[in-house]
Amino acid sequence: MRMTGAEAVMRTLEALGVDTIFGYPGGAIMPAYDTLIEAGLTHILVRHEQGAIHMAEGYAHATGKVGVCLVTSGPAATNLVTGLTDAMMDSIPVLALTGQVPSTAIGTDAFQEADVTGITMPITKHNELVRSADRIVDAIKEGYHIARTGRPGPVLIDLPKDILNAEVDFVWDPTVDLPGYKPTVRGHGRMVREAIAMIAEAERPVIYAGGGLVRAGADAELRAFAERLQLPVVTTLMARGILPDSHELTVGMPGMHGHVAAVRAFQETDLLIVLGARFDDRVTGRLDAFAPLARVVHVDVDPAEIGKNRHADVPLVGDVKVVLEQFLAHIASLEEKGRIAEALPDTTAWRAHIQDMKAAHPLRCDQAETGVLKPQTAIRAIYERWGDEAVYVAGVGQHQMWSSQLIPYSRGRQWINSGGLGTMGFAVPAAIGAKVGLGRDVPVIAIDGDGCFQMTFQEIATAVQHDIPVVFCVINNGYLGMVRQWQALFYDDRRSQVELPQALPDLVLLAQAYGIPGFRVDRVEDLEAVLEKAAAITDRPVLVDLRVDPEEMVFPMVPSGASNDDILESAEEWFARLAERAEA
Amino acid sequence: MRRDRHILSVLVENKPGVLARIALMFARRGYNIHSLAVGPTEDELVSRLTIVVGTEAVQLEQIVKQLNKLVHVLKITELGEDAVERELQLVKVSADSGTRTSIIELADVFRAKVVDVAHDTITIEAAGNPRKLEAMLQLLEPFGIREFVRSGTISLSRGATALGDSGRARMRRVI
Repeated sequence: MRMTGAEAVMRTLEALGVDTIFGYPGGAIMPAYDTLIEAGLTHILVRHEQGAIHMAEGYAHATGKVGVCLVTSGPAATNLVTGLTDAMMDSIPVLALTGQVPSTAIGTDAFQEADVTGITMPITKHNELVRSADRIVDAIKEGYHIARTGRPGPVLIDLPKDILNAEVDFVWDPTVDLPGYKPTVRGHGRMVREAIAMIAEAERPVIYAGGGLVRAGADAELRAFAERLQLPVVTTLMARGILPDSHELTVGMPGMHGHVAAVRAFQETDLLIVLGARFDDRVTGRLDAFAPLARVVHVDVDPAEIGKNRHADVPLVGDVKVVLEQFLAHIASLEEKGRIAEALPDTTAWRAHIQDMKAAHPLRCDQAETGVLKPQTAIRAIYERWGDEAVYVAGVGQHQMWSSQLIPYSRGRQWINSGGLGTMGFAVPAAIGAKVGLGRDVPVIAIDGDGCFQMTFQEIATAVQHDIPVVFCVINNGYLGMVRQWQALFYDDRRSQVELPQALPDLVLLAQAYGIPGFRVDRVEDLEAVLEKAAAITDRPVLVDLRVDPEEMVFPMVPSGASNDDILESAEEWFARLAERAEA
Repeated sequence: MRRDRHILSVLVENKPGVLARIALMFARRGYNIHSLAVGPTEDELVSRLTIVVGTEAVQLEQIVKQLNKLVHVLKITELGEDAVERELQLVKVSADSGTRTSIIELADVFRAKVVDVAHDTITIEAAGNPRKLEAMLQLLEPFGIREFVRSGTISLSRGATALGDSGRARMRRVI
């Protein structure tokens, strides 16, 4: 069927099953926006292109589908850079369609021209500047396929204006032909058997569960595997909830602000079973001191992650969900043959030891009954109010760490945050995108910091205009809290450019300006009543300003560059250590 | 041959930007390229890159894996020490009537060709493996080297097998 390139873009998206686009129009992409009027797609008009890409990420993270955004050339495309990098780091399937100046103008420094494929080469899984109208359908189809398969990630397709206006023959063929792209799905059979044999031998095995499990949707497989072999499970920042926090085998979060039991379990384990995780420095601390006694079974769909930071004794490339099924099948076949002993480690003593560590190191918070509200109290109360059915979305910093530590997650995709890149400003748009994907019945709660919030809060207008009822809770401590915490601990409390006055802006007035209900909590005694009022509103966005203790710090903490053995549970512990060192 | 010198022969789809992608990946991850040569193959849709990298084995594995992640990269193989390895070198040497004959004799020894003679210089073209070309340069040095240029290494394995033969390159399976 003959049609314009722009129509072919829309037809291709429809054929791929895309139903929602986050975007912002402009010169070079106008042909696409013209055809959008007739297309069967919901378009969410954002207020900044960074908002579009973070919404696409939030949508993808919450649903497992590909998030799609559509923006124009030049500054619009460069505004995607942060979000593309974020999606790259956290393996989020996103398809970004950008307008480009006409082919004939490329390379002339034309108005709103930028070398977008050049700029985004290192921050996308793949990208393409479409050079002929005949390539439009295949480029988008291939990009969509690449974004969602293998290790998911962002793909950008750059569409020159003349190519959007050119005539093309649209024929839909769902197959893709990418000779250089064939991700491995099934794990190597011998490695599967070796992994199980190594687990059976282990005395203190622990699963290091990463975001790859969430991307693969492997909740049930992980649970079955951990339960079958009675393996404790440490869930990273990107995988919180993949095994419910209430589950007896869940140890907690590892890393710089992890739970003590989880951090120690890694230091003491003799076998790390790494599932869709990548030995990030925020997990390992000083790499050469990380899990010093452990052998490693490493499962990842991306071969490059295996052996990148830590040698794997049993490397296993494959989709982690499929590999877990292979593990379970192998265990079942051993059982049938009466050889279950060849799979089952005896973890009784080890699990008891972990339980003791959990009991001995609860998270601390000195909340007085009246007066100053502690941020930890605020976050616990938010969870109690919106409960297990809600999805929680955070930005980056103290509020993120507390939200990850304190909320008892029960499933993957329930917790959305910017992990690898640490993108401030992620929460507001990502929560909007998640809500669009999840629909009316699932409450989506953005738990944001006051610094993060002010980077992207203009997207509240998007939520209002498109009727997307997200709850925005700002943990407002009037500081760039995590930076202030580092200054307090590691820079002799010399505070440099970290103050963001709590009342600037007045968030209740800001809510009013956007025409949505706004609430404030100043004291702990008001907390529950205010949250109850906020939770009663489900048909509109709501903003809650939670003014919390400005001086609170996140603990536990492994100081940057230190070994995980040096985990701190309080600031006092750190200052005592400094004093000791000074004396010595 | 030094153990930290490795020759990768890489088949890539002949698409715009593929060289930039590869160069960018090396730069971004801090890998060291000694030389890089790119050219056509027997299949017009496919180009071959010969990349000489300076690295130890652990990092080589990571380089190969990162290259494999590029969608346009089709096959990668590390060529062994027995592979045929060639570079092309042009050297412009100072020469006068007293030295010209000696320089031409020296070129003959290396099976190099004189490609230009001027009033006070001679330009010599030589092809060979890097050690041979290095040796020739050293012997020409006393005459006064005005300038020289050398191509990147190109290389093929010995014997009947070709990189394009197997469904997937050997290195691809290595993990």
